[in-house]
Amino acid sequence: MRKNSRGILQKLISAPYLIWSVIFVILPLFMVIYYTFTDADGYFTLKNLATLGSTENINVLAISLAIALIATVVCLIVGFPLAYIVTKMKSGGQTVIMLLLMLPMWMNFVIRTNAIYVLTEAMGISETFTAAIMGMVYNFLPFMVLPIYSVMAKLDKHLFEAAHDLGCTKLQSIFKVLIPLSMPGVVSGITMVFVPSVSTFYISEKLGGGMFMTVGDKIDDSFMLYTDYNVGSAFSFVLLILIIISMAIMSKFTSDEDEGGVLL
Amino acid sequence: MKKSGKLLNAIYVVIVLLFLYSPIALLIYRSFDFGSNDVFAAYKEFFRNDVAKSALKNTMVIAVISSCIATVIGTAAAVGISKYKNRKFKQAVMLVTNIPMTSPDIVMAISLVLLFGIVFAIFGVSDYLGFTSLLIAHITFEIPYVILSVLPKINQMDVNLPQAAQDLGCTPFKAFFKVELPAISTGVWTGFFMAFTLSIDDFVISRITAGSYTTLPLLIYSAARKKVPDYIYALSAIIFVVVLVLLIIKNVISSRDTNKKRSVGRAK
Repeated sequence: MRKNSRGILQKLISAPYLIWSVIFVILPLFMVIYYTFTDADGYFTLKNLATLGSTENINVLAISLAIALIATVVCLIVGFPLAYIVTKMKSGGQTVIMLLLMLPMWMNFVIRTNAIYVLTEAMGISETFTAAIMGMVYNFLPFMVLPIYSVMAKLDKHLFEAAHDLGCTKLQSIFKVLIPLSMPGVVSGITMVFVPSVSTFYISEKLGGGMFMTVGDKIDDSFMLYTDYNVGSAFSFVLLILIIISMAIMSKFTSDEDEGGVLL
Repeated sequence: MKKSGKLLNAIYVVIVLLFLYSPIALLIYRSFDFGSNDVFAAYKEFFRNDVAKSALKNTMVIAVISSCIATVIGTAAAVGISKYKNRKFKQAVMLVTNIPMTSPDIVMAISLVLLFGIVFAIFGVSDYLGFTSLLIAHITFEIPYVILSVLPKINQMDVNLPQAAQDLGCTPFKAFFKVELPAISTGVWTGFFMAFTLSIDDFVISRITAGSYTTLPLLIYSAARKKVPDYIYALSAIIFVVVLVLLIIKNVISSRDTNKKRSVGRAK
């Protein structure tokens, strides 16, 4: 009996969090759905979603997707070999390199973006599409390297010896052993880069010289500039759907093992 | 052959690090005024600037209060979650915990603004964005990080430990503070530091939920729209150093923890 009451007591300790989540996480998401499907007077409408179908807004969605996809691919191409190289270092070196990789991530986002703007100016590519992509890669590369690294670091080194003994060349062992076994890390890396880069604002606007408006910029504008909450919600709704779809696709590629250690 | 491969690897790592650090180096370089006889002119300008100082104060106030509350709620939540017997319920709670981390910042921010709009309208308050809304928003996005850094520590802990303490005469309350909490303290500290740094760093959520309350990232944003004033470079350098120090502290704490464990393991 006493044991039982203690169990209830210990579960109750999470009650403040559960209440907090319902009010400040779940309820707000329903508010987004509500605002998406109502007009300023609170009547049901599909007008907000229809607004997104205009040529201008379709362009915004397409550009956001294009920038996010390209940035994700570049991060993967740069990040995968990097993670592999780091795992082959001595353990002290590994810690230092991973810390150095993560440090800029903790620097303020606006400062980071201004810093990269200064760099693109120096390179003579400021306010171009390349500059916008570079900004994305700069901001999100660590999110790609981190999960891939944490999966690779746990791989049994003997696997590669075994592959070699069984007649694999170095290249074959990369494609037949390393890449398949790193997939969980690759998948969470892709998600962790794609989600923020499809939704971010300021980066592509600042670095692309105002030419590449993204969904994030649109949502920001509709809330901060026009206070048109309904259209802003519709954009957010579509963004959430996009992200849920991409995560569903990504989860097909990996078993649902928990990947602790992905977070810092 | 093998040696040249190693060299290529090292070059690759160095190039990536150069890419990541050259802009930061450039910013820090620009914060010093090497042309004039007062190298630290920009830094002095920052500390003379009242707007900048109040933004710094606001940032720290929000960071301290929000990370303390998030740490308490998050730690309590993790302790409770680890005791759930119902797997389905546990999975559902973890799913909700993941929402603020995986959904885009801007969507989270506007969804909160929509909620505040309705709630405050009920109470007849029209100017509802400011300190309180910002604080709630920060606590909301910080809690999941606290939970996720405390939960692994609870799972590592011997589940019989609190029970043993109670058998030896501790009240459940005392058993928690004397036995359970010390065992998971590194996770709690990691969570706290993470929440604190995220709060100082946050721009997107603050921009939407802060109203006229100005924090440092918001000040930097509004200043950087026009020509970037020199004191912003100084400020950026200061923030970079502060974050660097916080990160070192955090890593020293967690590495001391693993060392302790290693030596305990050896003693066994």
